[in-house]
Amino acid sequence: MKEELIISGRMNQFIDPTLHIWHWHIPLYLFLGGLSAGILFFAAYFTITGKEDKYPTAVKLAPFLTPVLLSVGLLALLLDLKHKTYFWRLYTTIRIESPMSWGAWTLMVVTPLSFVWSALNIKTLFPNWDWKYKFLYDLEAFFRKNIKPIAWILLIFSLILGVYTGILFSAFNARPLWNTSILGPLFLTSGLSTGAAAIVLLSRNHAERLTFARIDLMLIGIEVFLIIHMFMGFLASTQVHIEAAELFLGGPYTTPFWLFVFTLGLAVPAVLEMLELKKFHLPYWIAPALVIAGGLIFRFLMANAGQASRWLY
Amino acid sequence: MRYAMAVDTKKCVGCSDCVVACQTENKVPIGYCRDWVVEVMDGTYPQLEIEIRSERCNHCENSPCVRCCPTGASHYADGGVVLVTPDECIGCGACIASCPYDARYPHPDGYVDKCTFCLDNRVKKGLDPACVSVCPTKCMYFGDLDDPNSPVSKVLKKRKFKTLIPEAGTQPQLYFLI
Ligand code: SF4
Ligand code: SF4
Repeated sequence: MKEELIISGRMNQFIDPTLHIWHWHIPLYLFLGGLSAGILFFAAYFTITGKEDKYPTAVKLAPFLTPVLLSVGLLALLLDLKHKTYFWRLYTTIRIESPMSWGAWTLMVVTPLSFVWSALNIKTLFPNWDWKYKFLYDLEAFFRKNIKPIAWILLIFSLILGVYTGILFSAFNARPLWNTSILGPLFLTSGLSTGAAAIVLLSRNHAERLTFARIDLMLIGIEVFLIIHMFMGFLASTQVHIEAAELFLGGPYTTPFWLFVFTLGLAVPAVLEMLELKKFHLPYWIAPALVIAGGLIFRFLMANAGQASRWLY
Repeated sequence: MRYAMAVDTKKCVGCSDCVVACQTENKVPIGYCRDWVVEVMDGTYPQLEIEIRSERCNHCENSPCVRCCPTGASHYADGGVVLVTPDECIGCGACIASCPYDARYPHPDGYVDKCTFCLDNRVKKGLDPACVSVCPTKCMYFGDLDDPNSPVSKVLKKRKFKTLIPEAGTQPQLYFLI
């Protein structure tokens, strides 16, 4: 049997024997970014279509989560940087070729908007809220008058944010597992699905819950299609891509992926949501909680497995 | 001007002098290296073949590390040498993940570090990079590919060579004589 033995004298920390430069920060950041993108997308969409009263949780309540989620995500990103005091360098330039760069800028648009959106709906949480100063009331009136254009900006930037969480990985051709353009749509779909799930969790309105369960079911269907498509693409590609797919098809990530992400995070909640729509009464929070947990685990597995996938030479 | 390096895999004995010379010249932190030696053995016993390569950053002409850097800290310097400006680098690690050769590492001071071809400290003074200058078998050649009389141009004209994973699309400028 022909064999090849490679011995390398290199043992750099975080690089060898396999790359492990990114730990929990980046996958957490991508998950929170995707979840926020999902929530804000629905808030903007149902504002543009004039359905604020039909879907109050989606438009008014759930967006309160996003300033917190995005701030935690940004903090995770900051903690991940190894040269932290130079953080501001991200914002002295825009480099279109670098997803990390335009993603950071997208966050600089979406995060303030998430605060504005929450401020506009503050009375949902605190009915007696008083802005105290006249200029704050003026500001509120200004934003409220322009709510449609703001919703449009939010809609577009939430989609960019959702896609970016996948493109950040897919731009690295050095890591064959990440190097598939499906990752952008896949992470976007997963982000929208976790966003819909969060709305179901928060909603006290049965009709709204059912609508979002239906939306989520559709998104899960798309996600399953994209996942199958991704593996088909890998298996039909070069040896390094086949090996990348094998990490999940018999390799060390097989059980966590197919058990936690595919079965518990997608298949089981899909069945539960179908039962719910068929009017079986189950505790309604189980399906969305599973979807959110599955989305989180998915980001961690992709981040770790991607770093383990490589070119051999 | 296009700086490049050629390493003769037939002459290299894997002594790692180049590694130590680089660590000394460039004050590489203890436990890290900017260049390293790889030994590849293949075949069926007893017909085995061994290839020894002194590897480092390939100073790719289409380098993913420059492309993905969000701040522009990773950039092309004179002669296409790929460098990192420490005080523009935020240590995000994108370039580390983007390099198919894993040639970069996070310096303990926070920024990302890698081979510089000794551009500022030696090459601009007319010297060869530290690794090239110490090699006891003289298996490395350095110079400007645009100059037909540079050592690297001359040896690439005479000998068969390869680059590492050219299919990654990086257009590496580190040549291995085979
Ligand atoms: S070898 Fe790696 S670090 Fe060097 S230029 Fe190419 S991609 Fe960049
Ligand atoms: S770690 Fe530094 S050099 Fe590398 S991509 Fe990030 S900012 Fe650029």
